Amino acid sequence: MTGTIMGAADISRALTRIAHEIVERNDGAADVVLMGIPTRGLPIAHRLAARIAEIEPGYDAEHACGALDITMYRDDLFKNPTRTIGTTSVPDAGIDDAVVVLVDDVFHTGRTIRAALDAIRDLGRPRAVQLAALVDRGHRELPIRADFVGKNIPTARSERVDVRLEEIDGEDAVILRKGE
Amino acid sequence: MRHLLSTKDLSRDDAILILDTAAQMAATQEREVRKLPTLRGKTVVNLFFEDSTRTRISFEAAAKRLSADVINFSAKGSSVSKGESLKDTALTLQAMGADAVVVRHWASGAAYQLAHGGWLHGSVLNAGDGTHQHPTQSLLDAFTIRKHLVTDPMGNDLAGLTVAIVGDVLHSRVARSNVHLLHTLGAKVVLVAPATLVPVGVEPWPCDVVHTLDEAIESYDIDALMMLRVQRERMTGGGFFPSPNEYTRLFGLDGDRLRRLPDHAIVMHPGPMNRGLEISAEAADSPRSVIVEQVANGVAVRMAALYLLLAGEEGAQ
Repeated sequence: MTGTIMGAADISRALTRIAHEIVERNDGAADVVLMGIPTRGLPIAHRLAARIAEIEPGYDAEHACGALDITMYRDDLFKNPTRTIGTTSVPDAGIDDAVVVLVDDVFHTGRTIRAALDAIRDLGRPRAVQLAALVDRGHRELPIRADFVGKNIPTARSERVDVRLEEIDGEDAVILRKGE
Repeated sequence: MRHLLSTKDLSRDDAILILDTAAQMAATQEREVRKLPTLRGKTVVNLFFEDSTRTRISFEAAAKRLSADVINFSAKGSSVSKGESLKDTALTLQAMGADAVVVRHWASGAAYQLAHGGWLHGSVLNAGDGTHQHPTQSLLDAFTIRKHLVTDPMGNDLAGLTVAIVGDVLHSRVARSNVHLLHTLGAKVVLVAPATLVPVGVEPWPCDVVHTLDEAIESYDIDALMMLRVQRERMTGGGFFPSPNEYTRLFGLDGDRLRRLPDHAIVMHPGPMNRGLEISAEAADSPRSVIVEQVANGVAVRMAALYLLLAGEEGAQ
């Protein structure tokens, strides 16, 4: 099955559910820091923070989001053309003893998350690290699993999953394409 | 990019990519853990035929912060003092598996020869060759200027800024590298030097030349003032200026001249300084001096250069 898998309403509902699950799992959101993995993990992290703030009054969505660029931690740096390094930013309070929720758009091989875990280690020592992804498309190459998933999409390895977001692409959609 | 030999080879986009990458590298250096795993398993050789402390240490720190292995090779006490040629030294480094060679040499063109001689497989970074080029120094100068004087530094160049480079331009690879890089980045460059310390053939360079520091301060709206070291070790025979006192009177930066610069102007020096000759202690230690910060920025810029040359596909251009 190819074509649009999730529309704007589906994405919105999935994120609302994930926000509730994060709050439920952590008995509130007091220590929760959302670290978005660029590019599309970032706006998703901001949306989740805004939803958590709606559920938990007093949650400071502005200061609970960060960006985690994993370029320098990748294990395939010498197998691809040189990548541009993105920005990493940590909330002012730091991540020591916080619950860090890594946020990415598509969860695939697990290698990005492996790199993210290494990157987190250099930034501090959170109490726990959890993973939220809008789409889980399977094909794991490492023993890593997600805590919060928007939608599981069975895919063939050759297929592509494109997540499009309002903030970057002007529309909300998850599209499955045939590989070449 | 495969080698970093001269700022003349850098396009505006290349230069901005290096500066932007350096800004990200600088941000990592404010963390508790400053080491990154990025270049694990790569070997960087520091090949120094000429004395240098800060450049060598800066490259060494940059390579180590990126987890590369560093081998230091200085001509003193090596086979070079027994008469080994540059080619044989290069072949030895190649056999040892050097992924990048950082070379400082007293001969202009040595880095080019090393890169294009077909002796080495790895990347060559010019860390100063004779009186020719010192690209990482000018990149760190541009990075420092951009950080202080450009409102939104990321992705932007130095358009609209005026940089004066003062002193011993003749012997200065720093000046040559900066003239080209700053011009590429859109800044206006003014060279300030006695006629004896301006190189023959300066006319086609993309810059103005004036012959006293007072004239430069009066005629230009200077945003950054870069003082050069008077390279006495290269002035064999003398005759470049009548006396150190006269040089200081016409080209030295003192408190009085500093106060006549625009309020936002910064003072730079590539180091090591001759205090009392080209720069007074008052100017060197003033809050407008960014000389110490230049050293810190140097590590970030060299990390960026090593990353951009060494990361990426084997053999990719």
